[in-house]
Amino acid sequence: MNTLNLKDLGVSGVNAALQAVPEDSNELAWTVVEPMGQHAIGCGLDAPLHVEIRGHAGFFCGGMNKRAEIVVKGHAGVGVAENMMSGKVHVTGNASESAGATAHGGLLVIEGDASSRCGISMKGVDIVVGGSVGHMSAFMAQSGHMVVCGDAGEALGDSIYEAVLFVGGEVESLGADCIEKEMRPEHLKKLAELLEQAGIDADPKSFKRYGSARKLYNFDIDNVDAY
Amino acid sequence: MCGIAGLYLKKPELRSQLGKMFEPMLIEMTDRGPDSAGFAIYGDPVADDRIKVTLASDDENFDWKALDAALEKSLGCDVQTKVLANHAVLDTDAGERDLRNWLGENHPELRIVGSGHTVEIFKQVGLPRDVADQFGLGGMQGSHIIGHTRMATESAVTTAGSHPFATGQDLCLVHNGSLSNHNRLRRQLQREGIEFQTENDTEVAAGYMTWQLRNGLTLREVLTASLADLDGFYTFCVGTADGFAVLRDPIACKHAVLAETDDWVAMATEYRAIAPLPGADTARIWEPAPSKIYAWGDADIRVGQVQ
Repeated sequence: MNTLNLKDLGVSGVNAALQAVPEDSNELAWTVVEPMGQHAIGCGLDAPLHVEIRGHAGFFCGGMNKRAEIVVKGHAGVGVAENMMSGKVHVTGNASESAGATAHGGLLVIEGDASSRCGISMKGVDIVVGGSVGHMSAFMAQSGHMVVCGDAGEALGDSIYEAVLFVGGEVESLGADCIEKEMRPEHLKKLAELLEQAGIDADPKSFKRYGSARKLYNFDIDNVDAY
Repeated sequence: MCGIAGLYLKKPELRSQLGKMFEPMLIEMTDRGPDSAGFAIYGDPVADDRIKVTLASDDENFDWKALDAALEKSLGCDVQTKVLANHAVLDTDAGERDLRNWLGENHPELRIVGSGHTVEIFKQVGLPRDVADQFGLGGMQGSHIIGHTRMATESAVTTAGSHPFATGQDLCLVHNGSLSNHNRLRRQLQREGIEFQTENDTEVAAGYMTWQLRNGLTLREVLTASLADLDGFYTFCVGTADGFAVLRDPIACKHAVLAETDDWVAMATEYRAIAPLPGADTARIWEPAPSKIYAWGDADIRVGQVQ
């Protein structure tokens, strides 16, 4: 186990050390201590590392992640796992706004609550939130899955494309073109898989599925005169 | 983009530590606001029949002693002056209205930065570290403090345009965001007798809250009314003589985080400003919800009509 003290090394020092691990290295387990809420910790990793951040992380933690597994033992600030491509980011506490924004792949797990705009413009990532999400979550979500075990705030899935949303609790309101959809066996199966991967114990049958009504982003020939 | 931070102490024995605890918070917000910085500190209150007025001069060599003497002579009052860099805090038994009128006539070049029984306000153009050093923030004591680091968007980079803004009665405000209805609201408030020194949007919010306090509302009621009357993006951290409150607009796109321990309540734009506080790693930490008022101290007391 290699330990990096962020208070001593700074964010650049920590990230440079993690990014410099050679492809064939056996030194894959790393711990970052005293993160001090600094931004961009563990950004731009592209190796099968296991990075544990002991404490609260600032904005954009684990951004652009490829292949690495990053665990934040604490809360994460704005834009955790922003634009993640693959791998996993796991937050044991809460996450601030725009968690998993624009992420293309991988798995983002937030054991606590996520704030507003969770999964905004998500493009293929799977997001599992143990608690609740704030307003405007999954705004313009394009693909991937978002699982919310608690409640969702106002305007869930506004202007959603083809992302699939599962919510266990109450939805305060649905955004434009987002509707409740039938939970079919394949959805229950996928949801069970995601919950298991996230290590969260919840009954898939207690969830509802939401997705796009496909009236907003598809061209309708009856509207041709409007253009 | 701006940075704001506030610290409210729950234990009186920590009062002597306030400046020392807050200084790293303000400096940590430098990236969000390197243009100017300022802070309002709620220190030792003056007697009921006296007021504290913080003044600022652009002239570093301004003769504060002469001002003190002239004031005492003209208004027949007692004045105790504490000079800190280009600011001075006047502790006087003169009436606030008389004092303001006299200053307006005799020293229009001086800015009244704040007034009340408890608050002292210091703000200056420059890096937060330099501003903190100039005023000796690290050695200051008090019960609570709110501060701001500014990256100007709505008005010029001047000391007058830096935060915090105060328009009277110990009320003080720092703001991250921008208001969209401040011009109309300023005109309305001017008709109600609220005076403004700048074209800044945040000063209008401070003026609005002062006006509502004068109308007899409590701090909590003032903030509830603000949700209806202030339009724009905002995260506010507000101080009164005995109160400390945080409010975000209904969209809540301006960052904010709150943390609380048995010893203190801290608010900042980003958690990294709170991280250096003793006990931050085990504090209860949460993000203030949109349109929800978070208040500590005497947020339910009516300050009422003064003057």
